[in-house]
Amino acid sequence: MPKKKTVSKPKSKTILPPGRKAPNFSLHSTPDQKVSLSDFRGRPVILAFYPADWSPVCTDQLALYNQVLPEFQRFNAEVLGISVDGSWSHVAFSKDRNLRFPLLADFEPKGKVSSLYGAYQNRIGESERALFVIDHNGVIRWSYLSPDGVNPGADGILEALERIYPDKKAAGVS
Amino acid sequence: MYRKTSEHTPRLKLLVGERDHIQGSQDAKVTLLKYGDYQCPYCGEAYGIVKRVQEKFGSDLRFVFRNFPLTEVHPRAEFGAEIAESASDQGKFWEMHDYLYEHQSYLSNEEFFLQYAGSKLGMDAQRIRDEVATHAHLPRIREDFMSGVRSGVNGTPTFFINDFRHNGDYQFETLVGAIEAALAGNQKKEKIVKALKPRVTKKTKKK
Repeated sequence: MPKKKTVSKPKSKTILPPGRKAPNFSLHSTPDQKVSLSDFRGRPVILAFYPADWSPVCTDQLALYNQVLPEFQRFNAEVLGISVDGSWSHVAFSKDRNLRFPLLADFEPKGKVSSLYGAYQNRIGESERALFVIDHNGVIRWSYLSPDGVNPGADGILEALERIYPDKKAAGVS
Repeated sequence: MYRKTSEHTPRLKLLVGERDHIQGSQDAKVTLLKYGDYQCPYCGEAYGIVKRVQEKFGSDLRFVFRNFPLTEVHPRAEFGAEIAESASDQGKFWEMHDYLYEHQSYLSNEEFFLQYAGSKLGMDAQRIRDEVATHAHLPRIREDFMSGVRSGVNGTPTFFINDFRHNGDYQFETLVGAIEAALAGNQKKEKIVKALKPRVTKKTKKK
């Protein structure tokens, strides 16, 4: 690759903060299937906005979530990846990387859902690398905007889930 | 976004200790820790670079390796981790670690590594074969992996320098620069301040 991890300037824009109701949306996961946030009511949802399919950093991030999926499942949490790529790209990318969670196409109107969450970069027409943990009632409980080029990892997500559901600890170091 | 970045400054959650594979002295001034996957080509590239970095810093640096097999993308990574851990039980962790990274393209060929263990390293190859077959070391590998996840490991390889995640790349010059900064003082705090408030830091007002 080598990993592109430059520390960038802080961003002035803000993503939706914790405490807000997560805006509902309905996006294609495959060319003939749609997924709505409300489908997962009663379960926590991890929304992972990312800039693009096929770029090396995203691949690391999504491959990591794929690997950590059993930990997310302890909380009965669903992971949804969202980028502006079309569903055909998502299908190919997902197959190539063996991903076991849906990738949603914020494709038409382009970036609408990303904008709704404050996670759209108008300048380059891609989603930010932003994470949201939404609880079983559909309320945002944690959100994080990653600096450009830095893959945020999974630790923040697991910490947020543990804070919301303290009785279901993930594996790992205490 | 300042606050969020600082909240998320990744630090090592499981501190380096007796459980770890360590090269170098406990008195070394700087610890470089790598979370790696034996099938990952970038880890293979970083392997040679770390060797050069170790040579450069000598006794000032100790190096620690922890397993981070991304088996969904690297199906042979777990075998690599298992055989290295098994070799560790017979006191030959680093020999096997090095051999794995020097022969990554052979990872599907278990006999290739077992033969090396038996005939070149004089180890009990049957014991290794059994331990790999029964996944005897999987709990430890899993512990390594989760310690990485909880510490903000975000891909392979991920390095930590003195318990802080190294966010730069793993090229020789970059690693050397980061280690030199750590040797000179507490580079981490400085780096975080820069990352958080590049425009506000008075001391860096050079223009």
